[in-house]
Amino acid sequence: MAILEVNHIEKHFENTKVLEDISFSLEEGKALAIIGSSGSGKTTLLRCLNFLETPDRGTITVRDEILFDADNKAAFGEEAIRQKRLHFGLVFQGFNLFPQYTALENVTLAGRLREKDKSGWPAIERQGLELLERMGLADRAGHYPHQLSGGQQQRVAIARALALHPDVLCFDEPTSALDPELTGEVLKVIRSLAEQKTTMIIVTHEMAFARDVADEIIFMDGGVIVEQGPARQVIEAPREERTRQFLARY
Amino acid sequence: MFLTVVGALNQGFLQTLKLFTVTLLGAIPLGLVVSFGSMSRFAPLRWLTRTVIWIIRGTPLMLQLLLLYYIPGKLLGYSPWGAGEPGRFLASAIAFIINYACYFSEIYRGGIQGVPVGQQEAGLVLGMTRREIFFKVTLLQMIKRIVPPMSNEVITLVKDTSLARIISFQEVIWAGQAFMKTSHGYSGLLWPLFFTGVYYLVFNGVVTLLLGKLEKRLEYFR
Repeated sequence: MAILEVNHIEKHFENTKVLEDISFSLEEGKALAIIGSSGSGKTTLLRCLNFLETPDRGTITVRDEILFDADNKAAFGEEAIRQKRLHFGLVFQGFNLFPQYTALENVTLAGRLREKDKSGWPAIERQGLELLERMGLADRAGHYPHQLSGGQQQRVAIARALALHPDVLCFDEPTSALDPELTGEVLKVIRSLAEQKTTMIIVTHEMAFARDVADEIIFMDGGVIVEQGPARQVIEAPREERTRQFLARY
Repeated sequence: MFLTVVGALNQGFLQTLKLFTVTLLGAIPLGLVVSFGSMSRFAPLRWLTRTVIWIIRGTPLMLQLLLLYYIPGKLLGYSPWGAGEPGRFLASAIAFIINYACYFSEIYRGGIQGVPVGQQEAGLVLGMTRREIFFKVTLLQMIKRIVPPMSNEVITLVKDTSLARIISFQEVIWAGQAFMKTSHGYSGLLWPLFFTGVYYLVFNGVVTLLLGKLEKRLEYFR
């Protein structure tokens, strides 16, 4: 059964149409990669899912609960949206860790703010440490972001996103801000998340990675979905001419 | 003679310190309110706030002080500030707080807008409220950014307190100048006025040290 259903999403900025009639669904435990050139609307789509942008049309449904319906915007005030956001996690291209907090505090901050009863904090702390350990960062828990490499910062950001147990974890070009020698450690973590059946949407420029790790791939161009299908097929035997032209550049 | 003069100057400097402290205590929080006004999503409030900031920053503090002290009395027929030194202090404190709040607000605005938008987005995605994001994420990063420009303003404030002398507020320069005529049994002394400079210099030295310490304490993150 689909955990996420996106139907007819449309988004304009001023008079420019950025997303047009975007529909897709995602099964629980599957990884979906979104590929396409810059300006194709991939990042805007992720931002719509995380309510950082408001779509002009369409619906977003998670586990049969309508999280967003453009025809009924009144029902989605700031407070309602704040709760619905937690269905999604987002890992940013630029990490966006909080510089004044240690790695562990970054992972646990949101959880501690939600848990008004301080007796629940040790459990949150333990879970945070476990997550950092899964990211291979157990010995970095007390470090501040500026003391960590880009790859380590991004892994802390992944732990932070996982800490609130999102239904769908989204990645916005997670390795684009990293030096080539640091991309490997981040991709490895995402790969292991895929093996553990984490439901994920990954916007990426790493074609080989998308082919190997994702179950499905969507190719976007000019704000529309040009092609979608099983990962291997889209990369190795694309049906659409535009997909072929795009992939020829890699 | 020296001790008598220093005693009188100390008395004046106490008033200087009082005006300095009250201005900071009032202008630091009021500046935050003004900066929120100048960044409001409600356009009329934003323009009103920015106009007020323009007027306050665009005219001399001395003029604002004179206006605030004398005009209400002219209009009402009596001075709302009350008689004597307490009245002069009250009027000076209010004029200084408003003036400095406007300067501080612009520094705050720069500090808040200088925090990358990604910080706020990261907080939003983690389900934090705007309040939580401001107090737990943005505020400390903003403070770190504004300490150097605020230091400048605070040092200027130490010296600006002397402007209150224009409405005869009896701060240290007033006390020094008094010796040029007659004060404490001495007449025609010039040096006490210039000696007041030592007070400003020493006090600003202390302020600079303290603010430097604060800057150091915030160096643990970048």
